[in-house]
Amino acid sequence: MTDTLTPVLTDNWDAERAWTLASYEERGGYAALDKAFAMAPDDVIAAVKESGLRGRGGAGFPTGMKWGFIPQDNPKPKYLVVNADESEPGTCKDIPLMMASPHTLVEGVIVSSYAIRANTAFIYVRGEVLHVIRRLQRAVQEAYLAGHLGKNIHGSGYDLDLIVHAGAGAYICGEETALLEGLEGRRGQPRLRPPFPAVAGLYASPTVINNVESIASVPSIIVNGPAWFAGMGTEKSNGFGIFSLSGHVANPGQYEAPLGITLRELIDLAGGMREGHELKFWTPGGSSTPLLTPEHLDVPLDFEAVGAAGSMLGTRALQLFDETTCVVRAVLRWTEFYKHESCGKCTPCREGTWWLTQTLARLEKGQGSEADLDLLLDQCDNILGRSFCALGDGATSPISSSIQYFRDEYLAHLTHGGCPFDPAASTTFPSLSDTAAGATA
Amino acid sequence: MSLDQKTRDELREIAARYPEARSGLLPMLHLVQSVEGRVTPEGIEACAEVLGISAAEVNGVATFYTMYKRKPVGDYHVGVCTNTLCAVMGGDLIFERLKDHLEVGNDETTEDGTITLEHIECNAACDYAPVMMVNWEFMDNQTPESAVQVVDDLRAGNEVHSTRGPRLCTWREAERVLAGFPDDRADEGPAAGPASLAGLRIAREKGWTAPAGESKGESK
Ligand SMILES: Cc1cc2nc3c(=O)[nH]c(=O)nc-3n(C[C@H](O)[C@H](O)[C@H](O)COP(=O)(O)O)c2cc1C
Ligand code: SF4
Ligand code: FES
Repeated sequence: MTDTLTPVLTDNWDAERAWTLASYEERGGYAALDKAFAMAPDDVIAAVKESGLRGRGGAGFPTGMKWGFIPQDNPKPKYLVVNADESEPGTCKDIPLMMASPHTLVEGVIVSSYAIRANTAFIYVRGEVLHVIRRLQRAVQEAYLAGHLGKNIHGSGYDLDLIVHAGAGAYICGEETALLEGLEGRRGQPRLRPPFPAVAGLYASPTVINNVESIASVPSIIVNGPAWFAGMGTEKSNGFGIFSLSGHVANPGQYEAPLGITLRELIDLAGGMREGHELKFWTPGGSSTPLLTPEHLDVPLDFEAVGAAGSMLGTRALQLFDETTCVVRAVLRWTEFYKHESCGKCTPCREGTWWLTQTLARLEKGQGSEADLDLLLDQCDNILGRSFCALGDGATSPISSSIQYFRDEYLAHLTHGGCPFDPAASTTFPSLSDTAAGATA
Repeated sequence: MSLDQKTRDELREIAARYPEARSGLLPMLHLVQSVEGRVTPEGIEACAEVLGISAAEVNGVATFYTMYKRKPVGDYHVGVCTNTLCAVMGGDLIFERLKDHLEVGNDETTEDGTITLEHIECNAACDYAPVMMVNWEFMDNQTPESAVQVVDDLRAGNEVHSTRGPRLCTWREAERVLAGFPDDRADEGPAAGPASLAGLRIAREKGWTAPAGESKGESK
C-alpha cells in the first residue's frame, strides 16, 4: 500500500539551503544524468512513455508520446521549452518548486532535452516572481560551472545550453503557442494548429513544450524506473502530483500525493476547513475547471474521475470556499480576469467575455432578471468550442457550473436587490475588518 | 534623451543570448524599464535599432504585456492580488485600504514618487492568501494593517524584507534582474514558506515516503 503522501518533488524543500547545488547533490541530485546518458535517447523516451507520466500543466497529455512526435529526421535544431508561466488562478505549485529546488527542474531539462535531442532549452518563467527568477538564474549558472550544462556534459559528448527567459505579464502566454510567440519577441497571441509545435514550434523548428512539474518529474522516473512511477496513482493517471490547497482550509499549502487522492482526504490532512465553517464550492484544477461542491468530496482526483464528475483535474489547484463566500462575486471576478486576459485575437472570446462581465455585474448588483441566467448560458454556448484557444472555453467554466449548482443564489441577488453576503466574513481577518468592510459595501 | 552606450551594449548582449535576436525583446524592454523607470520612446527606438525592426513593432509588443509601464513607476511597485481567491480572503479590503491610505487610485503613484499601487491577478501564491507583491517579491498572508505598515516603512526608508525572500530592492533594480542581469541575492530568504511545506511536514511526522525505486534499497 502506497503512503497517503509521497514527497518526491517536494522531498528536499525542507533541506538547509535546498536551492543550492551543494544541497541538491548531497541528496543524490544529478544522478539521472549519467543513467540517461548511458541509454539511447529513444530509450529515455520509451521509459517516460512506460511510466505513464501525463502533462502536469493542465491537459494531461502523455509526455513520452509528445516527445515521440518530434520528427528526428527533420534537419532543423530541436528545442525544449519549459512552461513556467504559472498564471492559472489557483495554481501555485511550480513557483514554490522553482524557489525551493530549481535544480530539480534543471536536471529534468537536461534529461528531457537529451531524449528529444535538443541542444538548446528555455525556461519561460512569468516575470512577476523576482526571487524565483534569481534562484533559476543561479541554479543554471551553478550547473554550467559543475559541467551539468554546456559542452560535452559529463563527458557524454552531449551539449546543452539553457536560457532562463522572464515573461512580462500575460496569462495567455501560458498557452503553449502564445508562449512561443512571447519567446520570439512578439505579442503573445496563440498560433493556428496544425502545424503543431512538435513539427514547427520555436523558430518553426520541432519543439517540445512541457510544464515545470512534468519536466521536474523526469529525473525521478529515470533514477527509480518507470515501474516505480506507474506503481503510484490510478490505472490511467499514474504517479504523484503536487496538490495545492488554498482558501478557507485550516492549513493551506502543497501536498504531494499519488493521483487519485480525494479532496476529503486532503482537507483532513490540512486540518479541516477553517474552524466553524463548511465547504461550499471548490475548483479541482484552477478557475478554468468547472466548480464542484461537497457532493464531490470523494471523487478520486485523477484525470478520469474528475472528468466523469463534470470537471477537469487541470493543475490540481484546489481553491476551497466556505459558506461565507458569495459564488456570484467569485464568478464575476474570475470572468473579469478572463476579459482582461483575452488576447483579442478571436471574436467569440474578445466580445464574449465582455458581454459575460456586463451580464454578471448586473446580476451581482441585483439588477436584471431571471432571464439573464439563460442569457449567460447562451453567451457561454457562443464561446465554448468556438474560440481560437482554450482561454475562451475556460472562461465559461465557472459561469455554467455555478448556474448549475447555485441557481438559487443568483436569484437571491435579485430578490435581495444586491449581494446578500458580508464580504468581511469571508476574509482571514473577519473581526478586524468591520470598518474596512463599510468602505466597500 | 537617447540611451547611454552601456545600456545599448547591454541590449545587444541580451539579443545575443538567443538563437534569434528578436527573442531578446521581452528582457530588453525590462532593461529599458530598469534604466528609464518606464518604457520610453527612446527605449523603444533603441530596441528597434538593435533588432532591426520598426519602432511600431516594438511598441506593439510593449503594449501587450502588463508589466511594461508607460507612466513613471515609483521606487516600489505594490501589487495587491484581487483575483477571486485573494479577493475573497481579504485582498479587496487590503486594496481599498491602501488606496485610501496612499490617496491614489489603481495604477497611480504617490506624490513623493515612492509607491505605485496596482491591483494584480493571481500571482501563484494562493496558499498564502491574501497576497501582496512589492517589486514582484512575495508579501504573504497580508491584512489591511500589515499592508499599511509595509508601505509606511517603505516610504520612511526602513528596511523591508519579503516574507519569502530577500530585503526589498527598488523596482528598477528588480527590472534589471528580469532582464537577465543577476544581482547576486539568490541566497537570501528561505527555501520555502510554511504553506509550501504543509504536506511535507505531515509526511515527516507520519513517516510517509514514496515507495522504494528500482535502483535503491530505500525510497528517496
Ligand atoms: C490560457 C491558457 C493558459 C495556460 N497556462 C499554462 C501555464 O501557466 N503553465 C503550463 O504549464 N501550462 C499552461 N497551459 C497549458 C499549455 O498550453 C500546455 O498544454 C502545457 O504547457 C503542456 O505541458 P504538459 O503537457 O507538460 O502539461 C495553459 C493553457 C491555456 C489555454
Ligand atoms: S480564445 Fe481568447 S485568448 Fe484565445 S485566441 Fe481567442 S481571444 Fe485570444
Ligand atoms: S488568487 Fe491571489 S495569488 Fe492566487
